[in-house]
Amino acid sequence: MSAHELKSGPLEYRSSQGRMNILGFWIFLAAEIVLFSTLFATYAVLFGRTANAPTPGELFEPSTVLVMTFLLLISSFTCGIAVHEMRRGSVKGLITWLIITLVLGLGFLGFEIYEFIHYTHEGVTLQSSAYWSSFFILTGTHGLHVTLGIGWAILLLIQLAKRGLTPVTSRKVFIISLYWHFLDVIWIFIFTSVYLIGMVV
Amino acid sequence: MQLDEFFVTGEPLIYGAMVSIALVTAAIIFILTYFKKWGWLWREWLTTVDHKKIGIMYIISALAMLFRGGMDALMMRIQLAFPGMNFLNAQHYDEVFTTHGTVMIIFMAMPFLIGLMNIVVPLQIGARDVAFPYLNAVSFWSFFFGAMLFNISFVIGGSPDAGWTSYTPLAGAAMSPGPGQNFYLLGLQLSGIGTLATGINFMVTILKMRAPGMKMFQMPIFSWSTLVTSFIIVFAFPILTVALALMTIDRIFGSQFFTLTGEGMPMMWTNLFWMWGHPEVYIVVLPAFGIFSEIISTFARKQLFGYKAMVWSMIVIAGLSFLVWVHHFFTMGMGAFVNSVFSISTMLIAVPTGVKIFNWLGTLYKGRIQLTTPMLWSLAFIPSFVIGGVTGVMLGMAATDYQYHNSYFLVAHFHYVLIAGTVFACFAGLVYWYPKMFGHKLNERIGKWSLWFFVIGFHVCFFPQYFVGLDGMPRRVFTIIPEWMPLNVISTVGAFGMGMGFAIFVYNIYYSLRYNEREKSGDSWDGRTLEWATPTPVPFYNFATVPHVEGLDAYLIMKEKGQTTFDEANLKPIHMPSNTGQPFIMMSIMFVASFGLVFEWLWMAIAGLIGVIVMMAFRSFDYNDGFYVKVDEIKRTERSARGL
Amino acid sequence: MAGHTGRFPVKHVIGFILSIALTLLALWAALGSDLPTVWIIVSIMALAIIQAGIQLFMFMHMIESESHNGHVPWNMIFHGLVLAAIVVAGSLFTMYSGHGSGGDHDGDMKHEQQQEQHEGHTEH
Repeated sequence: MSAHELKSGPLEYRSSQGRMNILGFWIFLAAEIVLFSTLFATYAVLFGRTANAPTPGELFEPSTVLVMTFLLLISSFTCGIAVHEMRRGSVKGLITWLIITLVLGLGFLGFEIYEFIHYTHEGVTLQSSAYWSSFFILTGTHGLHVTLGIGWAILLLIQLAKRGLTPVTSRKVFIISLYWHFLDVIWIFIFTSVYLIGMVV
Repeated sequence: MQLDEFFVTGEPLIYGAMVSIALVTAAIIFILTYFKKWGWLWREWLTTVDHKKIGIMYIISALAMLFRGGMDALMMRIQLAFPGMNFLNAQHYDEVFTTHGTVMIIFMAMPFLIGLMNIVVPLQIGARDVAFPYLNAVSFWSFFFGAMLFNISFVIGGSPDAGWTSYTPLAGAAMSPGPGQNFYLLGLQLSGIGTLATGINFMVTILKMRAPGMKMFQMPIFSWSTLVTSFIIVFAFPILTVALALMTIDRIFGSQFFTLTGEGMPMMWTNLFWMWGHPEVYIVVLPAFGIFSEIISTFARKQLFGYKAMVWSMIVIAGLSFLVWVHHFFTMGMGAFVNSVFSISTMLIAVPTGVKIFNWLGTLYKGRIQLTTPMLWSLAFIPSFVIGGVTGVMLGMAATDYQYHNSYFLVAHFHYVLIAGTVFACFAGLVYWYPKMFGHKLNERIGKWSLWFFVIGFHVCFFPQYFVGLDGMPRRVFTIIPEWMPLNVISTVGAFGMGMGFAIFVYNIYYSLRYNEREKSGDSWDGRTLEWATPTPVPFYNFATVPHVEGLDAYLIMKEKGQTTFDEANLKPIHMPSNTGQPFIMMSIMFVASFGLVFEWLWMAIAGLIGVIVMMAFRSFDYNDGFYVKVDEIKRTERSARGL
Repeated sequence: MAGHTGRFPVKHVIGFILSIALTLLALWAALGSDLPTVWIIVSIMALAIIQAGIQLFMFMHMIESESHNGHVPWNMIFHGLVLAAIVVAGSLFTMYSGHGSGGDHDGDMKHEQQQEQHEGHTEH
């Protein structure tokens, strides 16, 4: 299965296995779109069903949400720079920018945990009402993805430090960069349809 | 928790089952130990990443599940044969129809077809394995442990009893407390992960690993059906994943998605379930269409009539399958407008399906038909499926659906499409590709006996159910009134006919293993597609030299030109993946985690999930890149396999 | 694609500036403007879709000839988005166009039917 090896082009596309893994991951991301859209659909259907709990307009804080959004947007940008550095062949640049990405991701997670704890103190939890169940599960699923992404990236950093840039490591980095950008795409929709609309309606 | 709460107690039938499970397990352990086969089991099967062996394991598991689901069916038919029967009580009956439906769809039909895909598709497209062999093993073991988890509910903890659709609020924590419903949720979740991975795997395999020269519209039709099915899997299964997760969180962590409190919406479950559930119907029927197309073309000795129309009709069906889900709950009260929209989209599906029916007939027309067992299964399929399809259109009309819904008319309809479509295809495909898998054919004479018992039994069982349904017999009742008795007696007799057919089929496996002659060439049926170009038994690397494909029915062209897949002058070392025990270990840990979650023992679930994450991290550091098969070894293998 | 090998990642920087600008624009539209609610929702959803496109094309290299994967990634993501639209719009359509959002039952036949359905299920 090692046929069609390429001599030029980005390292991650050179082996046929690398190209197949990247394609498989794109297909996985398409499945992830449907997974999140089901959560968005549940959120939309259950919107306004807060029962006796406070409404989102009473609790959402524009400043916190904006900070979280910028952290994730910047991390998506730095992740893109990391791949740019990888394609220039710079392991050092790649590792540096990847670590910056991770720190920003951790910052995002910190704010999200703070936000959840804050809401709990205000008296809304997963059990409060249909609306709040869907809110916590939608944002929580995204947060869980970010957490897994951070753990995964740390494993990759160790491999990069040990092995440098090979077709295998660069393929892995490219795939996690797709994952990371994708989480930003999902967050854009959470920011818009959960937070902004929640504050407007 | 007390021990008598952990095990299911108080039912003589279940005590009998427990004893037989204990005896069978003991017997398997004894045989493996006595013949010193544990090492063989581990090396050859549990750690394999070979698509052919994984396919065989899928099919064996699916046959076991067919037996289990079939036993459930026979128990229900005994209970329903006469009014006032006391064979099963109401509770036990509810559990039996729930497990029957779930087992047959999730743990029988899909794995059976996925098993056939595993064996056949890489061979048909001229590939040496699937794109991600490791992931393929993960898929199998996640299905296997999911099925195990669901099946142990029968003796440990109690079975789910809310129907295979598990509508809330009935299936919610308030009305179905205890582990039963959790077994349903986690068993399906576990096997669903594997199915999604299979979908991705086959998409990449088919898109990227076709033999040189094979264009998309030169692919064998079964490979096309696999590609379209994989596409549906990739887009439908995430919906199920979410729906199951939400209900699990409702039941275990007290959220309010589908509850009657906290402004939850029980109907949202129904909506999500069928958004997955309808595409699921096509996931199990499109590969069946592919199998029938291959068989009809082979035994009519003609190229498939309207190949492109067949492909496009599958693509259209796949698209429409995502737009009709509401027809499963017309009576829920969405209003006339919503119902009309989905009524129309439902009836549209009849168009591409009709195209396929006419193309099969067109293939048969003026063909030199050989009435082999797989061909007979395919011929039995066409009229039976048409009956199921036509009654489906009746059900698809929202206004009349108010009369049919929840009755035996519906039960008869979906058994006509699922048995005549999927189960006939499973048998047909297994008989057809059996020589490729095991090196000998199944006995034709015994095979035809099993076919006639099964097909006639099927019609005797389900045809009366249309009428008893129109007479007003609702589904999911555990006892009948005297007026419904005659048709129900006939139905029960038919069910036992099907059981007999299955028993003869299993006997045929034994008989053929003992007495049927071994295959001498790889081309058992004078086939047309590339899987028949390989020698039998198929070497683990499939193709010594990958053929260059020049058109549809690639092997037919090769035979005319006198080419084989063993071009001695052009042998090169072949790269193959190494065996690994990681998928098996990872999924057995996942099983433990899911079991913990079923009983709401969070410590066990968390420990198991950490174990799974550790296994994934371990995999990330695993740089084993497989090995190369040397040219000498290929020569030796091919020469002995081809009798050169 | 010169952006990959050049020293300065032009494409990424443009994408980044655009996404920051679009986020601020959406925030202003939602909290600072006097548009009617419906128009706010429509416009900020449109901005979100544009931003997703920036991520996909400028950051994720969805279309890259070196990948030898042709149009498949784009095709799959496109169909994923179609499915997302079906799932979200379809759920809202089926759940809300018939019997209203919980409270406002208009006492029609459908509601009674629905009641019967539920009773039927609990009995079995």
